[in-house]
This record gives sequence, structure tokens and C-alpha cells, in this order.
Amino acid sequence: MQTVLGILPDALAYGMVLFTISIGLSIMMGLMRVVNLAHGAFAMIGGYLASFALVSLGVSYPVAILIAVIGTVIVSVPFEFLLYRRIYRRSDELTQILLTIGITFFIVGIANYIFGPTSKPIPLPELLKGPFDLGFRMIPAHRLFVIGCGVVTAVALWLLIEKTEFGVRLRAAVDNGDMAEALGIRTQVVYSATFALAVGLAAFGGVVGAELLPVEPFYALRYMVTFLVVVSVGGAGSVTGALAASLLLGLADTTGKYLAPEFGEFFFYVAVIVIVYIFPHGLFGRAH
Amino acid sequence: MGWGLRSVYALAAVSLIATGARADTIKVGVIGTMSGPYALFGKNYKMGIDAWVAEHGNKVAGHTVEFVYRDEVSPNPAQSKALAQELIVKEKVQYLAGLYFTPNAMAVAPLLQEAKVPMVVMNAATSSITEKSPYIVRTSFTMFQNTVPAAKVAKAKGATKVAIAVSDYGPGIDAETAFKKTFEAEGGKVVEAVRMPLSTTDFGPIMQRIKNSGADMIFTFLPAGPPTLGFVKAYIDNGLKAGGVKLMSTGDVVTEPDLPNIGEAGLGILSTYHYAVSHDSPENKAFLAQLQKGGAKLDEVTMTSVAAYDGARLIYKMIEATSGKSDPDKAIAAVKGMEWVSPRGPVSIDPDTRHITQNVYLREVEKVDGKLINKELETFKAQPDWGLAK
Repeated sequence: MQTVLGILPDALAYGMVLFTISIGLSIMMGLMRVVNLAHGAFAMIGGYLASFALVSLGVSYPVAILIAVIGTVIVSVPFEFLLYRRIYRRSDELTQILLTIGITFFIVGIANYIFGPTSKPIPLPELLKGPFDLGFRMIPAHRLFVIGCGVVTAVALWLLIEKTEFGVRLRAAVDNGDMAEALGIRTQVVYSATFALAVGLAAFGGVVGAELLPVEPFYALRYMVTFLVVVSVGGAGSVTGALAASLLLGLADTTGKYLAPEFGEFFFYVAVIVIVYIFPHGLFGRAH
Repeated sequence: MGWGLRSVYALAAVSLIATGARADTIKVGVIGTMSGPYALFGKNYKMGIDAWVAEHGNKVAGHTVEFVYRDEVSPNPAQSKALAQELIVKEKVQYLAGLYFTPNAMAVAPLLQEAKVPMVVMNAATSSITEKSPYIVRTSFTMFQNTVPAAKVAKAKGATKVAIAVSDYGPGIDAETAFKKTFEAEGGKVVEAVRMPLSTTDFGPIMQRIKNSGADMIFTFLPAGPPTLGFVKAYIDNGLKAGGVKLMSTGDVVTEPDLPNIGEAGLGILSTYHYAVSHDSPENKAFLAQLQKGGAKLDEVTMTSVAAYDGARLIYKMIEATSGKSDPDKAIAAVKGMEWVSPRGPVSIDPDTRHITQNVYLREVEKVDGKLINKELETFKAQPDWGLAK
């Protein structure tokens, strides 16, 4: 029992980090049909911007998160305008993969050049620093914050997609673009807004998750497989699916690390294989 | 390697010997982490070598010495071997140097005998490397060398139950073995030993495990670089520091460029290592001044710059001893038993193991003039490589 209680909070925190970063990718892949391999690169840009804002500009933590999210969206605008517009929905997957992996290498190179090869700190505010006593164990206060962020993100996104006018337009634009356009929905605007949302979520996840996935120039490549796995296990485009997948995989990985750390990511991938075998379209995915 | 390739290298080696005396430029191939997550250490190779050349000129025994750099990026033995082959065959280097990672150094070792090229290892820290070829000398350190004093300090500081956490690869396993053996011989008990994959970034679960083991001290080794920061933070944030569990490590975990990132929470961390940037000696002051003259930033200096600086000294000595001819046996014989005062303190090359004998210092992270440094508290004089000195 002691062991279970010891593992659960860590598993939950790791799962929520995976969720906040991967959900943007899930939206891109599920709703816009873009295999965006540069997603991790945008998360990394968010981390760098937050680190720069905190260390060099000396702003507070919430302001740094805002700067990171807005800044990353601004950085992504030229990419969207010049490149991504060409690959929404219609282009084949190979083009998408080549283009987005190219963007990733480009961003990795630039980050390495500007910020140098060492990992960058994202200093936490006093409130989130140090241990917090849960009664049965100590946990880094920051992890509770991460769990909170994950819950808020999940609820907000679900409301946005299922309950708002924007959500209706988005789903319409995705399901049948031509018809939506004929009905007066400006699909290009909807796509651009969704892209900005996905990028913003990546940046947000990159910042709050930096304690578990530290920001360094190879971040974009190092964790991309993990994010893709979360999306494929959860089923692309499903908020509930991404949440369930993140929590399950977080649990598998954390339990493995606790009980048999020398096996590395073995348990993570065993969980992936089992889930994908039972649910070929992901936990909550639809067959296209 | 197929016999076809083999004969190509054999031919190349023969032609090298035949033409060895002709060249008036002597090339030295340096394989280091020039890009990627470990680029800082490759940069330090260059800083150290540049400092040596700036002080001693690029002419030795009438020959011009030229350093040629290649990028090893990550632990990738096949790639490092290919780079070494290219340096030997195409660039016709007379000496090899560098090698950050143990597996990479191991992969290059078999080439040395065939090509008659001596190699100066400037980092890779697994004991057995120098046993792989009689043409290898090492100016860096080994895990055993730094860990045996760590285990003695742990006992002296009153630790009775220690948990060991190391990276799961050659040097990590060396560190674990060395600590366990020494600490148990001194009468202590190892209650937990965790091997962490090199890719680990979330150390929370490992900290919980250590906490549940009831250890009163953690001994750890991770290669200098991004993960060390996460480990130290997890140690603090999971309440182990507050709970009185001490942290003892080799210096890799608290290299100077990482200290600002660890921050004040790192105060009091103990480590044993062969070089601290704050080492107080005229040689070190002169060395650091020379590095800065060459454009290096003091915040970026690591132990690999010293290993490279001393490595260049060895290469110059070898060139001198052979008057620029390719004669690896004579070259290696010339540096065996060599003694000098390095920026890290007095050192010598062990004639049997070809590994550097040096002082190992106990240090503690302290704040001096607003800056975090590794302050040297105690000296373990003239430590051999305990892994080879069986």
C-alpha cells in the first residue's frame, strides 16, 4: 500500500505533463489531419522563452508562462503562413512528415546557436519550490501545480470543442471543408486559429513540464516519439482519449521506474503494445 | 572489419611508416563532442589545446603541429571508429586525442596498433580503456580514482547505510563497484543500488525508492551534462535533503557550468574530483588567465580543458622524443613516468597502466562572493587508478 501511494502522485504528475504537451498534437493530427512532427520544437521554444523571461528579464512565473505561450504563437505565425497552410487536410502524409521534421531540425539548430548546448533552467516561484507534505509522503510542490494545470487544460478544451460556436465551426470545417465553406464558414481562419491553439498548448506544456522534461536543444527530437505515442494510444483528436492515454502511460512508466529502474522505458512500450493491440484506433479514436 | 578493409589500413599504416619522416606538418586528430548536448566539453578540449599552443607555439622539434577536430556528438562507437579511420587514412594524423565517451574510445582502440598511432584519452573514464592497447595514455581520470576517496569520506562523515544511484553504463557500473567495495571494506552497508538508464529525466520515483530504503546518504554518479541537474533537484524537491539524507557524488554531478542552474539548493553537496575551477594554485591561475586570453568564458571551464591542456603537453613530448618521426613505441616510452605540475596539482603518468596519477580533492558546494563554487576541503594525494591497481 505504501508503495502504491508513493507511486501514484508521481504517475499522475508525469501523465499530466504528457497530456498538456500532447493534446495540441492530438488536435492537429485528429482534427486537421496534419502529422506535425515539429510539435516538440514548439514546446521547446516555449521553454526557452520562459527561461529567458525569468532569468534575463526577471519577470514573475505567471507572466513568463504568458510570454512563452504568446511568444511561441507569434514565432509560429511565419511557419503557419508560409508552410503549414499548404499541408492542411489535403496533402499526403509523407509531405507533411518531411516538411515538419525539416522545421524541427531548423528550430533545433537555431536554438543551439542562440541559447547554447546546455539545458536551461526555468526557476520556480517560492510557492512551487521545495517539498509539500501530502501526509503519507513528500512530493515536490511543483508536481501538484502540474496536475492542476492538466485538469484545467482538459476541462477547458473539452468545453471549447464540444460546447462553443468555435468548436462547432471547427468540427464542421474538419468533417467536410467544402460544405462548411459553402455555408459561410471561413475554414482558413478556423484552421489558423486551431494551429495557434495547438502551438500555444505545446508552449504551455513545455514550460510547466520542464521539471520532468528539461529544456535543451534536442528536446524537440528526444521526446517527440513519446508525444506521438500518447496521441496514437489515445486516438487522435480525442481530448478524453489523450487524457486516458497520458495517465495510463504515465502510470506504466513511473511504476517501471520505481520497481525496476534498470529496465528503462521497457514498461512504457509494453503498455503501448498491449493497448494498441487491443484498440487499434487508440482508446477513444475513430476509424477514418 | 573485412579482410579487404584490413589490408587497406595495413597498407595505409605501412605507407605512414615509410613516409613518416617526410612530413614537416604533424597532424593530431582530436575526436570530441563538438556539437549536441555535450558540446560544452568538446569546446573545452579546444580551449585547453589552444591554451597550450598559445603558450608553447606550434613548432616542435622543427615540425609544425596541426590539430584537426572531428565531432563525436554522442556515445556512438561505429561513428567514432569511422572518424578515427578517416583521420588516420585521409588526414594522415600521427596522433589521436580526445574521446569523451567510453564506448567510443573502446571502438577506436583496435585501430591504434594496426596504424601505429598513439592515442591520448582526454575524458572517457572507464578503467579498462588503457588495457585495450599499449598505445593509449590517459590524462583525464577514472571512476575508480574519484570514487574510492568518496567512499572513504562517506564513512568518515558517519554514514552507515548508503544508497547508490548511478547511470547504467560502463563508468556508472565502475563507480558502483568501486564505492560498494571500498565502503563495505570500511564496515559500512549498501542498502540500495539503482542503475538509471542514461535517458532518465524523471528522478522522482528513484528518490522515493531511495527514501524507502532508509539510507542516510546517497552516493551518485551521472555523466556531466543535462541529467545531473534533474537528479539534484529531485533530491531536494522530494524532501530527502530536508529529511537529513546527505548527498555525495563524484564531481561530474556538480561541474561548474551547472552550478548556477542548481542554485543555492545545492549548497553543501559533497563531491570528490581531480579538478575544481577554484583550485588555488599559481599554475591554475595562469592556466585560467590563458584560457580567458584565448576568448574562453570562465563560466564554461570544465575538467576537460585541463585534460586537453595536459594531453597537448604529452603529444608535444612524444613528438620531441621521436623528432617528428612516426615511432609509437618510442613516443609512448617517452611519456611513461613523466611528472609535472598541472593546473589541477602535481601529476604523473603511471609507467605500468599509462594512466594519470593525481590528487583527488574532497569539495563542498559553497557560495563565495555571490558565486557558487566547489570549495576544496581535503586532499587525497597521488591517487592511482584503483580499478587497474588490483
